Amino acid sequence: MAYVAIADRDHHLHDPDTFITKYIWSQDHKVIAIQYGVVAIGVGLVALALSLLMRLQIGFPDVFTFLTPYNYYQYVTTHGMIMVIYLLTALFLGGFGNYLIPLMCGARDMVFPYMNMLSFWVYLLSVIVLIASFFVPGGATGAGWTLYPPQAILEGTPGADWGILLMLVSLAIFIVAFTMGGLNYVTTVLQARCRGMTLMRMPLSVWGIFVATILGLLAFPALFVAAIMMVLDRMIGTSFFMPALLSLGETTATTGGSPILFQHLFWFFGHPEVYIVALPAFGIVSDLLSTHARKNIFGYRMMIWAIVAIGALSFVVWAHHMYVSGMNPYFGFFFATTTLIIAVPTAIKVYNWVLTLWRGDIHLNLPMLWAIGFIFTFIHGGLTGLFLGNVTVDLPLSDTYFVVGHFHMVMGVSPVMVLFGAIYHWFPKITGRMANDALGKIHFWMTFLGTYAIYLPMHYIGILGMPRRYYDYGQTDFIPESALGVNQGITIAAIVVATAQLIFLINVAWSLWKGKHADSNPWRATTLEWQTPDTPPKHGNWGPKLPEVYRWAYDYSVPGDDADFIPQNHPIQPGEESLRVAGESRK
Amino acid sequence: MAQEGLNPAADALPAEGWQGIVDDWATDKQAFYVPWGKAMMWIFLLSDTFIFTSFLTGYMNVRMSTAVEWPNPSEVFALTFFGQPIPLILIAIMTFVLITSSGTMALAVNYGYRRDRYRAAALLFATAAFGTVFVGMQAFEWTKLIEEGVRPWENPMGASQFGASFFMITGFHGLHVSAGVVYLAVVALKVLRGDYERSGNYEIVEIAGLYWHFVDLVWVFIFAFFYLW
Repeated sequence: MAYVAIADRDHHLHDPDTFITKYIWSQDHKVIAIQYGVVAIGVGLVALALSLLMRLQIGFPDVFTFLTPYNYYQYVTTHGMIMVIYLLTALFLGGFGNYLIPLMCGARDMVFPYMNMLSFWVYLLSVIVLIASFFVPGGATGAGWTLYPPQAILEGTPGADWGILLMLVSLAIFIVAFTMGGLNYVTTVLQARCRGMTLMRMPLSVWGIFVATILGLLAFPALFVAAIMMVLDRMIGTSFFMPALLSLGETTATTGGSPILFQHLFWFFGHPEVYIVALPAFGIVSDLLSTHARKNIFGYRMMIWAIVAIGALSFVVWAHHMYVSGMNPYFGFFFATTTLIIAVPTAIKVYNWVLTLWRGDIHLNLPMLWAIGFIFTFIHGGLTGLFLGNVTVDLPLSDTYFVVGHFHMVMGVSPVMVLFGAIYHWFPKITGRMANDALGKIHFWMTFLGTYAIYLPMHYIGILGMPRRYYDYGQTDFIPESALGVNQGITIAAIVVATAQLIFLINVAWSLWKGKHADSNPWRATTLEWQTPDTPPKHGNWGPKLPEVYRWAYDYSVPGDDADFIPQNHPIQPGEESLRVAGESRK
Repeated sequence: MAQEGLNPAADALPAEGWQGIVDDWATDKQAFYVPWGKAMMWIFLLSDTFIFTSFLTGYMNVRMSTAVEWPNPSEVFALTFFGQPIPLILIAIMTFVLITSSGTMALAVNYGYRRDRYRAAALLFATAAFGTVFVGMQAFEWTKLIEEGVRPWENPMGASQFGASFFMITGFHGLHVSAGVVYLAVVALKVLRGDYERSGNYEIVEIAGLYWHFVDLVWVFIFAFFYLW
């Protein structure tokens, strides 16, 4: 009996008929994607506001007296946690993953739409629990986003009563939500592609999201376990992470636990998390560059293998976050080596992006600006990573503003640049209207230049030795007066950049209402999501018949072809040289 | 103008050797010739493996970091019959019960695919019953240790991490077994009702079986690392 793939069998696709099943309890991946996106951006704005409050204190100490040290640490913690997990992870995977995977793979929906819907609502619950921690006695936790014990759960740390518990519970809930969504993304990519869509013809966006989701499914368990153990330590007095110690002059009842264990568990999650955020950005930016330079992506296969290699390596580098933790010094040698090896596939990707632009027909429209901006910020952030990956260089720089500058550049600004590029790129498909170009360009230039004004000086004051996470620096010999001036400048730049994000919100609102109507393929792109019969795509995506794919996703400016792009679902024409299609290189 | 074009990737004959393996994986539509649910269960179990690995690694770590002596599991988990302490006897029975349940589960899958739905349902119920017995014995063991004064935060026999790791890891595994019992019972009812007869598809039984075998396999590791070490 011939095996029939499930996607080809006649099976009933859930049929939404009421307003509620269409837009609220919706099982449609596109609606779920928008729900994820709106919540993630909303909670991201909270984190943005928190960062401004922090910057006000650092730039102008003693001026804003309502900012206490207690609040300051709460802001540091919640800002970091929201940005890394509740904004970036949720928006890339829950938002763009949900929207793009079925459309780019030629599926009607995710394989398990009901579970996909649950994923969003559980995610929303985790966000509510997180925000609720500001309104409980003692407020949110102020342990820093890494939540290191013992201090995270000892008296004297902000939120040691309730805040830390709500934070850990919220993380556990988020992991449940992510697992439900992530299983869907991986299974959809593996099992529900349309005819002709081989893995080696998939757009790099899908590759990035796919590998990132696998990383998430394997990395979040460590955080889940760490959260459970810390909740037990805090709630019922176990000693997993708690050694015998003195707290506020009294000996605690705990004995024999290992604080380093938490750091290992946390960073076994924490380092892959960096790539959970970065790999979707790598993939999406590849598609943006190729589309808007009207050129095939350079080294498509190498781009895929680089994504896979980075994903695999990301599991064996975690302890480079722990050079100063007191672990066995020999570990530093091993982890520095693996860390520097990651630079190889990453550099391959950067070269390929630049070579994709080389002699391309570059259209400097909105998505392209952000994509090129990403190459700049990512190279700068990546280079400082080489400094910090070496043990001897890292030791004096640890816990200074150099580190803050590095990771904001490489995993804060860079993925956000791609996110904005992606939003402007797919805005016409999602909404059916074009985003406003002028507002978008103002938004881009303010953000791009502004982030440099913020983070470049941080490297400088970091090398001076200015420690991070301090509420106030007081009178210290090694910090010159000028560093305080630099800090004021950084704060002003941060306010300007934050204002630019308001322009983005205005742009989205205005374009939704009054934007120019978009046709179905305004960028003349090749990938499947631009070939849908309706814009925005209707429920089921493809009308009566699933698309069929004949070529890879990068047939731009094919010699001898009149148009400068050939969509993936256009059959190979007789006489067309099929050898140049990278997907068929085995011939 | 939908022309019947060549679709080399979809229509080509399979290559041989390593290239054939790569092509199989990278083929269009689907990478594995299994139903969606089964693929998803495998991926979920891979993720769950990392959870239990983290638990066990954490346990081994605190066992090494604690300064107080670790209790001897052979003595702690001994039961006294007729004045003779027999080490690990309860755990041995529990393990036997759980392994047996894997056997009934495998039979249930077999009878499911043969469309023998009454036998399949009966074997599923038997599997769930074995699971319930396992959880019951675990409750008995917890009670015994609690009566002896073992708590997550303290332990009269030595390191406090002994109680903490024990209750956490066996508790988390016990939750998995309990969830599995409910899952199997639901599947058994659906088998009995003939749901899968109508859809002609007994894959759900096998998918539930995957989960159940996984929970058994995890127990083997807990048994080895916690009780035998």
